[in-house]
Amino acid sequence: MVDSDCKKYLTLSGLEPLVVTPESNFINVGERTNVTGSRKFLRLIKEEKYNEALEVARHQVEGGAQILDVNMDEGMLDGVYAMTTFLNLIASEPNISRIPIMIDSSKWEILEAGLRVVQGKCVVNSISLKEGKDEFKRQAKLIKRYGAAVIVMAFDETGQADNYNRRIEICKRSYDILVNEVNFPPQDIIFDPNIFPVATGMEEHRRNALDFFKATKWIRENLPFANVSGGVSNISFSFRGNNAVREAMHSSFLFHGIKNGMNLGIVNPTMLEVYDEIDKDLLERVEDVLFDRRDDATERLLDFAESVKGQKKEQENTVQEWRSYPLQNRITHALVKGIDTFIIKDVEEARLQSKKPIEVIEGHLMIGMNVVGDLFGSGKMFLPQVVKSARVMKKAVAYLQPFIEAEKDGKQEFAGRILMATVKGDVHDIGKNIVSVVLSCNNYEIIDLGVMVPPEKIIETAKKKNVDIIGLSGLITPSLDEMVYVSKAMEKEQLDIPLILGGATTSRAHSAVKIAPNYSNTVVHINDASRAVTVVGNLLQKDNKIYKNQIREEYDLFREQFLKRGKKKSYLSTEEARNNKFKVNWATTEIVKPKSLGIQVIKDFDITQLKDFIDWSPFFRGWDLHGKFPDILEDKIVGKQATELFADAQVLLKRIFDEKLLKAKAIFGLFEANSVNDDDIEIKDASGNVLDTFLTLRQQSKKSEGKPNIALSDFIAPKASNVKDYIGCFCVSTGFGTDELATKFEAEHDDYNSIMIKALADRLAEAFAEYLHKEVRTNHWNYAENENLSNEELIKENYKGIRPAPGYPACPDHLEKNTIWKLLNIEENIGVILTDSLAMWPAASVSGYYFANPEAKYFGLGKIMHDQVEDYSKRRGITIEEAKKWLNPNIAN
Amino acid sequence: MYNIQTEIQKRILVLDGAMGTMLQQYKFSEEDFRGERFKDYPTPLKGNNDLLSLTQPKAIAEVHAKYFEAGADIVETNTFSGTTIAMADYDMQDLVYELNYESAKIAKEVADKFTKANPEKPRFVAGSIGPTNKTASLSPDVNRPEYRVITFNELRIAYKQQVEALIDGGVDLLLVETIFDTLNAKAALFAIEEVKEEQNINIPIMVSGTITDASGRTLSGQTVEAFLTSISHVPLLSVGFNCALGAEQLKPYLQRLSNETEFYTSAHPNAGLPNAFGEYDESPKQMQGYIEDYLKDSLINIIGGCCGTSPDHIKAIAEVANNYKPRLIEKLV
Repeated sequence: MVDSDCKKYLTLSGLEPLVVTPESNFINVGERTNVTGSRKFLRLIKEEKYNEALEVARHQVEGGAQILDVNMDEGMLDGVYAMTTFLNLIASEPNISRIPIMIDSSKWEILEAGLRVVQGKCVVNSISLKEGKDEFKRQAKLIKRYGAAVIVMAFDETGQADNYNRRIEICKRSYDILVNEVNFPPQDIIFDPNIFPVATGMEEHRRNALDFFKATKWIRENLPFANVSGGVSNISFSFRGNNAVREAMHSSFLFHGIKNGMNLGIVNPTMLEVYDEIDKDLLERVEDVLFDRRDDATERLLDFAESVKGQKKEQENTVQEWRSYPLQNRITHALVKGIDTFIIKDVEEARLQSKKPIEVIEGHLMIGMNVVGDLFGSGKMFLPQVVKSARVMKKAVAYLQPFIEAEKDGKQEFAGRILMATVKGDVHDIGKNIVSVVLSCNNYEIIDLGVMVPPEKIIETAKKKNVDIIGLSGLITPSLDEMVYVSKAMEKEQLDIPLILGGATTSRAHSAVKIAPNYSNTVVHINDASRAVTVVGNLLQKDNKIYKNQIREEYDLFREQFLKRGKKKSYLSTEEARNNKFKVNWATTEIVKPKSLGIQVIKDFDITQLKDFIDWSPFFRGWDLHGKFPDILEDKIVGKQATELFADAQVLLKRIFDEKLLKAKAIFGLFEANSVNDDDIEIKDASGNVLDTFLTLRQQSKKSEGKPNIALSDFIAPKASNVKDYIGCFCVSTGFGTDELATKFEAEHDDYNSIMIKALADRLAEAFAEYLHKEVRTNHWNYAENENLSNEELIKENYKGIRPAPGYPACPDHLEKNTIWKLLNIEENIGVILTDSLAMWPAASVSGYYFANPEAKYFGLGKIMHDQVEDYSKRRGITIEEAKKWLNPNIAN
Repeated sequence: MYNIQTEIQKRILVLDGAMGTMLQQYKFSEEDFRGERFKDYPTPLKGNNDLLSLTQPKAIAEVHAKYFEAGADIVETNTFSGTTIAMADYDMQDLVYELNYESAKIAKEVADKFTKANPEKPRFVAGSIGPTNKTASLSPDVNRPEYRVITFNELRIAYKQQVEALIDGGVDLLLVETIFDTLNAKAALFAIEEVKEEQNINIPIMVSGTITDASGRTLSGQTVEAFLTSISHVPLLSVGFNCALGAEQLKPYLQRLSNETEFYTSAHPNAGLPNAFGEYDESPKQMQGYIEDYLKDSLINIIGGCCGTSPDHIKAIAEVANNYKPRLIEKLV
């Protein structure tokens, strides 16, 4: 399941793939190679200084961009030529072309020129319904044929979507056209639901951010597999020139956008404040604006902006301010903010205070990096910012390195050699890099193979370099499988090297259960960088046998308990479940003998009697209108449509009644019965001969203390009790004539009424079943003689006894219908037939059993185990394969 | 009509081996290549193997028959260089339609004979579509990295012509192979999609890339996964690798491909790596052993040979393939 789902992720490629999974957090699109957004880049392109322009691209990639947006839309430029030339140049730079390209233009010929020169799977930015459906479809079809994903703007023939409803309406329409008419893979669709400025002073802009968030959430929930992107800097357009406010707005917008499901976006990392570092007062005012929380939100933010702007010197003051913090705070601040200006000075100060230079790394710097790690982990810092932090860290370590080495006498001797790799398919290496830094600071030699490392490379390097430990890292869930695979490959190659595992999705449980059993040498999971030094130290000490055995035992025990817990929690054997059946006290329970036993047929039923028995709520559900009848008619959102639909339904219903368009028939039988062998019910004729046997299925999932494992047979007195008990079964249909009418409507191109007649027939069948059940209870069986329920209470099924139907949760076994049909001779008696897959024809039919015991209740069977399937197949006299086929959805794996 | 879609579910399908290696054994002279028809052609023609479909059709049919005898389910047409772009070397652009059409017909006739003789094992013809001798995403001039000697559109038009001729000639499927530049392959796939739409047909497509060396990348620099991502927008019968590496060296990449794709997988590796004399000398037995490793790990649906492989190699491969079940693919829910 997980495996196939993951194939539905947006997957792009440069020289390397990029898979956008739910774990990816947020894919950052580099935006500086855009002539409309960067004056410098425009100048370079205009002057044909392509080499310098390439440096801009390279800088973006090194700064953490995961997709590179390229835009050449400028009036004075030959866009096709510029796009082609620049992308061709990028193709010859493996360090840039390793990431996917986003071809950005409002002109189709430029988009197409780009698509013709890139070998990887790109993103087209963008197309929309602006020029009508035909052009939209034409472009989408070509994009698919060129093998690219696409950004779709919330824009249509009448203009750009500027409120919530228009956003979702256009996105839905675009999605439906793309998926249903163009056959575009839904995971390759990225919506841009328009980020517009807020706090502009215009009343109609107040909900711009809020509507974007809401639309994003709606898209992610309602348009399966689609992605959402946007250009974040638009939001703060009205605060141009005031970077403090803009940065806070971007950061907050991004934080909430991601929370609502935005998974890609164009953000300038240098214009982003760390969410937690935003001045609390400013943050409150920003979020008042973003969420339109108060009428004076804009004024209040403007006031704040003025006060910031008024103090141009403030910038320096703030610098001064953090420079006056205590040493540790300064180092932490520099790491979190990615400021390298003062780091050497601060580190030197720390070194002079410490006994050994290494202590600065283990202490001061690690404390700061832990803060970075926490902020990143909670989504309050974004990848580009973390890359900046790492840069500061590296600079600091590089400064300390000579001092650390000088401490040792001359030659550097390493304590061990450790191979580090982020596994194939995964590009996340921050955790791995942090561990690498920590370990190298502790005098281990690190061989870092980077990201997306295939198993054969890991094994080959491990052998060639004779490493002491192999460390694997991964952040996304598929990496877990990859680690399993690597561990197996290592075993196959008879590697005898300890394996350490880490990364966000890894866990001790996974390591113990899925990996340790594959590999003979030690497997250890390390949950944070600070523990890495201890673990590695223990693994590499001279006498490490005790430690290794201890780890192995710990993991074996953990696995055992884990597996045991899993099993205990889940299912009982059939026998155990039967021992825990639902118990009725047969000595005292009320059993009423039906007034008349045997079969009764109702052929010419006056269908108008059903009018008040109709349960309308499912009718509206069938038309995708959700709500309870009759409240739904007054509903704020769907009320108008529901009322119209209901009126139309009444018109057709009246015709059905007046013109006798549909025919209703029913049959039911009441029999003497007893449960036998726990789960079967024997049905007997008046003289006690067994006519047939109903087979029921029993819940097998383990229940909490005192809760039974129910089967329908529990509601019938067992033979051994010597109590005479009874059961009924029935079939009703109001579908005779439906098909002819529907065909007639279709011939008149009236699809609406063709659907309507079927929907009404279904409702009438349900109503008939309800009606007949009432008749049986109060008349034919007469066990509820004094029942006096309103129709509403009837629909809520507030009566005694149940009428479960084969194929529904209490008895999912459709084969039971065969028994009912045989028992009542239904086909001959009323003409309802069963298809090969045991559906009833006409479709507007209901069949089922009657159980009268006051304690009988509806339940869901849930999953059953193989032993019950086997037992059932014997009882049914069919092969296990056939039993599996019919019960498949209910079989636990 | 026999359907490859149903056959591929039943068993591992065997693709043929090298055509070039087999033709070398005939030791055709310049005169033989020319035949009567091209006696006075202005350019030298020796080495234009595709031309032999017109001048030595019997030899081509013989090679196909030998591979079918050896147990191949699919043979490839003798059209590896059948585009105007590749034929420009011999100044034979105008013959492209005829070359492809005739090659397809020769192969199809042989295939039909074998199918008739043994309907239990229907035989198929794959139209071989080579990479051409030009690359769309690499510059041949180190001083002008932005320069391209061929464009996507030129490739698309050339491929389209080849595809139409192959289909007219009766091939059962198309094989875009030896892909060292993914952009070339995307142009071929684009052309095929156009033809499919214009003729309203649904011909199965095999795609086979080439991992150039131990870097594990295509010549144009893509990793296995990036390559797969770049060509998966078209509904393919199979995706795989061929050429450049022997069966042993190819395995890790096939493993990765097999893990990642829900298309069927194919491989037609070389008979090992070339020796110091540029010859392939891995024996059928050796190759069989490496291929069996693929089969044990269920990596493969279609298996054959590339450079240096002979009917004896294919026989050995077919024998061992017969003992294993094909790789199962997990379809999207």
